[in-house]
Amino acid sequence: MESFIWYIPLLPLLGAIINGVFGKLLKEKAGIVANLTILGSFYFTVKAFLYVKDGITFNGNLFTWISAGNLQVPFGVLVDQLSIIIMLVVTGVGFLIHLYSIGYMHGDPGVARYFAYLNLFVFSMLLLVMGNNLVLLYLGWEGVGLCSYLLIGFWYEKHSAARAGMKAFITNRVGDFGFALGIFLIFSTLGTIQYAEIFQQVDKLAAAGVLTAATLLLFVGATGKSAQFPLYIWLPDAMEGPTPVSALIHAATMVTAGVYMVARFNLLYAMSEVAQAVVVTIGTFTAVFAATMALVNNDIKRVLAYSTISQLGYMFIGVGVGAFAAGIFHLMTHAFFKALLFLGAGSVMHALANNTDIRKMGGLYPKIKITAITFIVAWLAISGIPPFAGFFSKDEILAKAFAYSPVVWVFGALGAVLTAFYMSRLVFLTFFGKFRGGEELEHHIHESPPVMTIPLSILAILSAIGGFVGVPELLGGSNQFEHFLEPVFERAQEHLHFAHVSHGLEYALMATSVLLALAGIGFAYLMYIKGTISPAKMTERFKGIYTVLYHKYYVDEFVEAAIIRPLLAFSRWLWHVVDDGIIDGIVNLVGKVTILFGLIFRRIQTGYVQNYAAFIVLGVILILAYYIFG
Amino acid sequence: MEMATLLNYTTFFPLVGALVILMIPRKEELLIKSWAFLVTLVTFLLSLPLFYHFDGTQAGFQFETVKKWIPQIGAGYHVGLDGISILLFVLTTFIMPFAILSSWSAIQKNVKEYMFAMLFLETGMLGVFISLDLVLFYVFWEAMLIPMYILIGVWGGPRRIYAAVKFVLYTMVGSVLMLAAIIFLYVYHQATTGVFTFDYVELSKLAIPFGIQFWLFLAFALAFAIKVPIFPFHTWLPDAHVEAPTAGSVILAGILLKMGTYGFLRFNLPLFPKAAAYFAPLFFWLAVIGILYGAWLSIVQRDVKKLVAYSSVSHLGFVMLGIFALTSQSLQGGIIQMINHGLSSGALFLAVGMIYERRHTREISEFGGVAKAMPVFATFFLIVVLSSLGLPGTNGFIGEFLILIGSFKVVPTFTVFATAGIIFGAVYLLWMYKRVMFGPLTKEENKKLADLNAREVAIMLPIVVFIFWIGIYPSTFLSKTEASVEKLIETVHAAKTEMVEQDNIHPLFTKGETVKASRLTFNENERVSGGSE
Repeated sequence: MESFIWYIPLLPLLGAIINGVFGKLLKEKAGIVANLTILGSFYFTVKAFLYVKDGITFNGNLFTWISAGNLQVPFGVLVDQLSIIIMLVVTGVGFLIHLYSIGYMHGDPGVARYFAYLNLFVFSMLLLVMGNNLVLLYLGWEGVGLCSYLLIGFWYEKHSAARAGMKAFITNRVGDFGFALGIFLIFSTLGTIQYAEIFQQVDKLAAAGVLTAATLLLFVGATGKSAQFPLYIWLPDAMEGPTPVSALIHAATMVTAGVYMVARFNLLYAMSEVAQAVVVTIGTFTAVFAATMALVNNDIKRVLAYSTISQLGYMFIGVGVGAFAAGIFHLMTHAFFKALLFLGAGSVMHALANNTDIRKMGGLYPKIKITAITFIVAWLAISGIPPFAGFFSKDEILAKAFAYSPVVWVFGALGAVLTAFYMSRLVFLTFFGKFRGGEELEHHIHESPPVMTIPLSILAILSAIGGFVGVPELLGGSNQFEHFLEPVFERAQEHLHFAHVSHGLEYALMATSVLLALAGIGFAYLMYIKGTISPAKMTERFKGIYTVLYHKYYVDEFVEAAIIRPLLAFSRWLWHVVDDGIIDGIVNLVGKVTILFGLIFRRIQTGYVQNYAAFIVLGVILILAYYIFG
Repeated sequence: MEMATLLNYTTFFPLVGALVILMIPRKEELLIKSWAFLVTLVTFLLSLPLFYHFDGTQAGFQFETVKKWIPQIGAGYHVGLDGISILLFVLTTFIMPFAILSSWSAIQKNVKEYMFAMLFLETGMLGVFISLDLVLFYVFWEAMLIPMYILIGVWGGPRRIYAAVKFVLYTMVGSVLMLAAIIFLYVYHQATTGVFTFDYVELSKLAIPFGIQFWLFLAFALAFAIKVPIFPFHTWLPDAHVEAPTAGSVILAGILLKMGTYGFLRFNLPLFPKAAAYFAPLFFWLAVIGILYGAWLSIVQRDVKKLVAYSSVSHLGFVMLGIFALTSQSLQGGIIQMINHGLSSGALFLAVGMIYERRHTREISEFGGVAKAMPVFATFFLIVVLSSLGLPGTNGFIGEFLILIGSFKVVPTFTVFATAGIIFGAVYLLWMYKRVMFGPLTKEENKKLADLNAREVAIMLPIVVFIFWIGIYPSTFLSKTEASVEKLIETVHAAKTEMVEQDNIHPLFTKGETVKASRLTFNENERVSGGSE
């Protein structure tokens, strides 16, 4: 594997460099360069997968990145069962999105810059996943953050886009602050930052009493990157970026980095009940909290953004309760259907001259059939309808969540209803009913070119059947997915304790969650298709709740009022009062006092000999007086 | 050629070049500029073999020259490089050609005097880094002040006189106390060994009792603290930066400030190790305050140059934390961070200078959407900003990360607060970048802005290369510093152990006995007992 493994991350880097330097000459051809490098990367990933499938993993170093005292940071990669799955998602789904981008970004003057950033993103994401130590993880972690910043603010002439990019980076920096401290804590306790050595000495970490602190600090980073409460606030605004970016970065890959991190450190999390509880609580809360905001939003991309936050919450429930394989399984299926939803949304926007307001859509199904059908597949998948991919992964998480604590299951099921409802609302308002965007726009509606619809179709197939790799034994499957990942999560098992759940109860839970999803869909059907329940009346009746949800719980306003404004006011006060006033005031005072002394004493220097003679006489008298009387 | 000889040639070549400038007629401006550039470039090339041949596995001084200079008072010409000075020496020769290039069209009046001052300054700065004799060091230290004073005072902005005078007087206040301490040290050496000498290596062999170290440390520390500058001695810096011409700011931020941190490493720690261990907690406080204070003040600045100036206070806070935390990571990180700050802040000032030359303003609100008009500039500027905010993959990360990970072992609480600084670093830099570069191009003046010309690209490109070089393969540079750093750590740790166990003195603000005033008096008995004769 060593002969080709380095090509996987380096090919996208090469693409980024080519497109970055020669972008002006390449123009639209930049897309081809970018696609070829990702395709190459995907090819080698598949090749590596075949090795891993046979049980051959790889852990090797290219060179020493940082060496200082006992700190040794290799530039090295670890390709095992866990990383190869995410690498497949990153390069596979990533390639489809690159392909789609050729059509979507066609005609944009910054297309070469776009593909350079996109390639750079894939490179950083691969480093994040493949790195065999914490510092390389951090490099990828901040690297994807940079690409996210650049791509959200891709149309930088728009104030809102530039602002959203900055917000994303800074919010993530808050998370990275915790993440960095986690690294420091582990290093100062163990003297190493390499995964393999950390896992070997994990008992030392526990003995030093810092295990929980370290896992929680790392998790702070995860809440930033994976948009969990309270650091999720950047993700909805990130929708300012081009839609394929939202599909790649803010749905399929980057935002799942936190889930990957927890899964990678599964042993550490499994050993700390507090850490598990925190991860589960944050995940559960975010899953429901974000779903409620998706209920009333009218922007097709923002609904999907809240949905992503909510689904990431489910993944954290999975890895939090110790169902690491289930969490990663959901990460993968979510990558399929959420990327599809975003790309579908992009196709809708493409048809409607970039309109994203679902109140101005409707009845699109017959006009853009491929987009509509693939979108519907993704809708069924995310709603948890069997046998679509989302059903298996979500169900496995919920089953394990129940074994961990029935309370978590209750909230998870509640989130599932909400998900089914808001996704149905989105689908019904977009594709069914009558078109509400005006006649002029109606003529404009057209299906996207094949370069966009082919990726949609492939993702639709994956969303439909992708779940079959993890059919649980309960349903007569063999759960290949979980068995594949077993070696990575083996050691954590002895620390995990699940309550026993009988088969009968498991069936009941499964049936309940499907019924709840159907209920959510049915309710949306009554509201938005049948019109039995009037949405307007519902709004009127629950006006208080509606207003709060519509304003996203006023969290952005709170951040502005409680953090940003006080920080600015405090800094201005520091500047004007403390720095200019007090500190510099004292410095200048010293200067002024010196000048004052000069002004006083220069009067003595009159230049008149008589004066000097008088002073001398006075001095002599004083000295004499001292000796005589003193 | 002997490397020691080369070291001397490299150091004094700019001075020779400066003297040649005096002979060029003043109206031959292009010739003067070209000559000055050539001299700095050759100086840089001369310094490369020094870097290459420097053996990082040795802790002692290399390429030494020891000659008599003023034997009557025991002052010698003793120069050499070790792992602490080698990188700063090469940084200086590297920065200077860009400083000259950036002045190419910005300096219109008195070109001859300007270039003379620049070259004179270079020898002064190089001299500071190689001096191993305290008189020699002091001469270079002060000699360097004069051209800088003139650079700000003559070619500066509207309040240049105020800024120049403040810069010089403030620095002098510190230097004078240092001079007193140097003389004391000299007398003390004679009293204990019978030999009058200013030689650094000889002086560092002294075992000075704590009571004396205490005061000498403070005297040296004040001089260097002002230079760094450490909070609260920093207020001369924003004024000096705002008024100085671009090249002045580049040199000031890139090299002059490093002399403060260098001074701590060269003198305060090895000469007065007990006092260094004793005062370390004070410097943790000041470093962390500086990191956060500088960052917060940067957020609200309206003038880009002032923003970068305050950010220096923040960045050098990291260096001070690393120095006093005294671990292999934090100290090596501190040295790398000095280099980083030289590159990043230098490049930031160069970038600001480039837009200032076009628009004659540095007010952030005057810009907006510049990325549209100047895409090449936007790219370079962004890379420099990212390096300054410590993005992994760039040099800034290596320095900050090593400092923080190394300091965490020793002073976790301080490190937590210092780490918070990386959040605010992103805030002030990205917010500034957004307001200057992003958004719609609304102002007429900005629509016509020309992108970078070949000269300007030639300035930014090499710096960007090093930003990534240090970020991706720092071993080239870290390997030079390791042995010297380990030796320094050993010295201070041994002294600290002795201080705590034998003198029963504990570091400041820590539990245990605090220093009684009586222990600080310098009495005859102590002098004898402290001697090694």
